Amino acid sequence: MIRTARLVAGKDLRIELRSRVLLWQVVPFGVMALVLSGLALGPERAGHSSAAPGLFYLVVVLVALLMVNRSHAIESTPGTRASVATLGLDPAGVFLGKALALWIELCLSSVVLLAGSVLLLHTQLHGTLVALPSVVVTLGALAGAGTLYGALTSSGSAATLLPVLSLPAFAPLLIAGERSFSAALGGGPLLEWWVISVVALVAYLGLGILLYGVLEES
Amino acid sequence: MDRADTFVARLRGAVVLANGFPLLSGVDLELERGSLSVLVGANGAGKTSLLRLLAGLHALSDGSGTVLGLDLRGGDRRLLRRRVGWLGHEGSFYDDLSVEENLTFAARALERPLDGLEPALERVGLLARRHITTRQLSAGQRRRLGLAWLLLRRPELWLLDEPYASLDDEGRVFFDDLLADVVAQGATVVVSAHDPLRSAALHPRTLHVAGGRIVGRDA
Repeated sequence: MIRTARLVAGKDLRIELRSRVLLWQVVPFGVMALVLSGLALGPERAGHSSAAPGLFYLVVVLVALLMVNRSHAIESTPGTRASVATLGLDPAGVFLGKALALWIELCLSSVVLLAGSVLLLHTQLHGTLVALPSVVVTLGALAGAGTLYGALTSSGSAATLLPVLSLPAFAPLLIAGERSFSAALGGGPLLEWWVISVVALVAYLGLGILLYGVLEES
Repeated sequence: MDRADTFVARLRGAVVLANGFPLLSGVDLELERGSLSVLVGANGAGKTSLLRLLAGLHALSDGSGTVLGLDLRGGDRRLLRRRVGWLGHEGSFYDDLSVEENLTFAARALERPLDGLEPALERVGLLARRHITTRQLSAGQRRRLGLAWLLLRRPELWLLDEPYASLDDEGRVFFDDLLADVVAQGATVVVSAHDPLRSAALHPRTLHVAGGRIVGRDA
């Protein structure tokens, strides 16, 4: 399973490196969404906004939806699905590999978005650094949930259902991430919100390992 | 050699349904080891569905069948898929990976040594193009890459869906030579095509497919 996960993650990351969809399309979209959020709040409130962690996670969720779609689109080109199926890869390993690649891509995107948050929304740098471990765990849970729901909606017209189906699953992660980020910025119970993200991470990885093969076959 | 060893695939009344629609509606078929069979029929006749059933890509809805000793009804189709070679008519690769990277991915997935990669590319005439992305290949070159993928795998059963599409005359001759070699080495090959094979040297068995069934056989 681990060998397959490394193989699939390496392949997905190499494809992203080649196609540069993340660099030229997804990250610029995220930065624009962050700028628009700042404009929507207005110059006075954007500079002193306690809404920055929420806006950051909202943009991360939008970016994650794009990246989940992309992650499954590369498997869905005509012929690829059938040919890769004949490689007989362990579905649990495929799930872990795709989730790992997505997590790394989300982490890279979030570095830019956090920097944007500090520059555009004037989020405290120290608090942002304190929040980093919880951000990394929350992104892992988002990657696990996204990969699972991506498999569920990867066939044909079902792809448009991804936001509708996955946003309810993302909502608790968005809340836990926002609360722990806010706690890191302003003081408060950071650890308990972080634990929720850790539990969600373990739960989604477990579900993915168990169900990914069934979803692929169906 | 007993009967079980003689046949790599046996289907009895094989039915495949997709959303209630019959893709195959009662196929009886026996494939002898080391044989070359050509499925001939119009679009929508069921050629691709039959190949996909033999590859373990479609589930058997009714009837019975074994492929490479694995039961299509109760067996693990993932095990079967690892042992067959599939070449679809749509192409089979990650467009943003290079020719070499695609083959390396397949070889690692199947735990095959990478030293077979260069001879396979040389055999299909793509060695000089190993570093370009698959997206940049012509349709005919993508076919050749698909063949390199299969040469690397060395499957017992080759299932080729309209392999002559997009090939020029030189490509067809090359492909016929390759098929002859593969069959001579003991592999079983099933090819789908719109017309019977032109090559007299291959001596294939032609199976006529229509309405999801095999409706005629030419020796």
